[in-house]
Amino acid sequence: MSIYLDRDTRVIVQGITGRMAQFHTKDMLDYGTNVVGGVVPGKGGETVHGVPVFDTVKEAVEATHADASLVFVPPPFAADSIMEAADAGIRYCVCITDGIPAQDMIQVKRYMMRYPKERRMVLTGPNCAGTISPGKAMLGIMPGHIFLPGNVGIVGRSGTLGYEAAAQLKERGIGVSTSVGIGGDPINGSSFRDILERFEEDDDTHVIAMIGEIGGPQEAEAAAYIQDHVTKPVVAYVAGLTAPKGRTMGHAGAIISAFGESASEKVEILSAAGVTVAENPAVIGETIASVM
Amino acid sequence: MDIHEYQAKEILSNFGVEIPTGALAYSPEQAAYRAREMGGEKWIVKAQVHAGGRGKAGGVKLCDTDHEIQAACEDMFGKKLVTHQTGPMGKGIYRVYVEAAVPIDREIYLGFVLDRTSQRVMIVASAEGGMEIEEISESKPESIVRSTVEPAVGLRDFQAREIAFKLGIEPSLTQAMVRTLQGCYSAFRELDATMVEINPLVITSDNRVLALDAKMTFDDNALFRHPQISELRDKSQEDPRESRAADRGLSYVGLDGNIGCIVNGAGLAMATMDTIKLAGGEPANFLDIGGGATPERVAKAFRLVMSDKNVQAVLVNIFAGINRCDWVAEGVVQALREVQVDVPVIVRLAGTNVEEGQKILAKSGLPIIRATTLMEAAERSVAAWKSDTSPNLKAVSS
Repeated sequence: MSIYLDRDTRVIVQGITGRMAQFHTKDMLDYGTNVVGGVVPGKGGETVHGVPVFDTVKEAVEATHADASLVFVPPPFAADSIMEAADAGIRYCVCITDGIPAQDMIQVKRYMMRYPKERRMVLTGPNCAGTISPGKAMLGIMPGHIFLPGNVGIVGRSGTLGYEAAAQLKERGIGVSTSVGIGGDPINGSSFRDILERFEEDDDTHVIAMIGEIGGPQEAEAAAYIQDHVTKPVVAYVAGLTAPKGRTMGHAGAIISAFGESASEKVEILSAAGVTVAENPAVIGETIASVM
Repeated sequence: MDIHEYQAKEILSNFGVEIPTGALAYSPEQAAYRAREMGGEKWIVKAQVHAGGRGKAGGVKLCDTDHEIQAACEDMFGKKLVTHQTGPMGKGIYRVYVEAAVPIDREIYLGFVLDRTSQRVMIVASAEGGMEIEEISESKPESIVRSTVEPAVGLRDFQAREIAFKLGIEPSLTQAMVRTLQGCYSAFRELDATMVEINPLVITSDNRVLALDAKMTFDDNALFRHPQISELRDKSQEDPRESRAADRGLSYVGLDGNIGCIVNGAGLAMATMDTIKLAGGEPANFLDIGGGATPERVAKAFRLVMSDKNVQAVLVNIFAGINRCDWVAEGVVQALREVQVDVPVIVRLAGTNVEEGQKILAKSGLPIIRATTLMEAAERSVAAWKSDTSPNLKAVSS
């Protein structure tokens, strides 16, 4: 197994006719992802790389039995597209879009609560690189070849820093069960804790790597959860040791505004919860190898 | 995006929040004239800068006569106000706000923020107004009242009343307090703010609830739907390098060190800075050039980093995923031929087609210091900055 995504997952791409979406649809198809459709209002009936395009997510789900969606829709319309996916019965949605207003995301989160837990959609992102279960399927914009199939579950906020970790693992011949990007925005679909819960339950995941950064309460929440509920070894790295307080470091969510939000405080909280912390980004792979 | 106090007050007042009588001035003479115009016996002159802590830094003066107003303004205009929030460079004073002084009975702290734990809008209030919230949460944590707003129905009156009662507001003023809280919430919600702070909110001796100070911050991602807010942007309050970067679509934060950084991705950029520090150096900036490291973007990034005179070495760290390393390497070479870079340049490429990328760098004939791992790149950058015999990369015009 792996989490969220495997060979059978039937994927649709929302906003598939955009330049970037077309490029990555091709990349996902080449990787072996089961992309069964796309959605662009008003472009129903067209095809992109042989994939049929529908006007609405509901139509796409009826015709293709899609259960996962990748959102590439521009920021002003992205929240609406996520809610459309939730309403159409999509089970897992990844939103790549960077720049969604925070209050739109508050609405999205509230909207998803309308559905009973057993049919509530899981959202990861926005502003993330996506999710990959190496050798099985890829739902995102990452370079698939840097991930080997294996037993390390990766969860992180940043795209390229996650690649750095995966590449360090590949160098050591260590593979990944699933890698999930939760994104750099202040209000996101899933937290570290949500993903840790899934990795803890996943038989294919033996070690969990968590790549955090400054800002927000989610690393500290994860630490509390790990202490009480996670039996698998967890390795963490937290970026932003040199970041000054009160300045946003690229990601809208990367700003130190309260206690427990600086890199050193997060490292301290995670260490206290029994997490093995990689001291610098160059030793993430080495640290993971050391706990395997 | 931040705005000035007088702008925040005007916005909040349109949403039903009461404010003292005040007027904006662009010169000492205008300030004195405005005071005479509004009448009264005492006035407060407030420097309009995008930062808190103005009072302690000398940016707020109580004046009894228009001569005092003029003198206070002459001390402010054109100066840089340095508060604990501005950094050592301070922020320029080009406008002042003159306000009629009011008799104060009580001071209250009131803030609206995006709470990342509940992922909702949270109201934070305290009966200990006037102090900063950080101070209050340290010295009087029990005085803080918190309430989160359910987004589907908005702030309910009962919640607002509850806050008023918990703050010990006199029952006759409950309605005025509810109006203030509702006004702030509506402004927050309708204008996509990420922070509204009234500190202090005062109860006057003639029983009015007034916003004596106001601060608003807006969500940059939502400015597209609020052109009237975008117009309030004041570039004189921004770090010129940061605004130039923002105009070019790059994310840049200037720091005090001397090793410039050019990185793709925010997380990797922070990690690169951390590694430089670990290797014994100090990063000069945070710079995320985004996922697509095109030659144009790399060239722009070099210009930006080199505009900081403290930079004595530049570390380029690109993880090429979708963009191949050979393409990124060509971009770096092209940028170095276009931009005058007279300090050592260290380049670390990783990801797709890394060997081809390294070959392109080696063949360019430019004195680029290459590195394979992040640690090696950081160590070589620190060594290059420390060493006097570092290669000198003068402009090579093509």
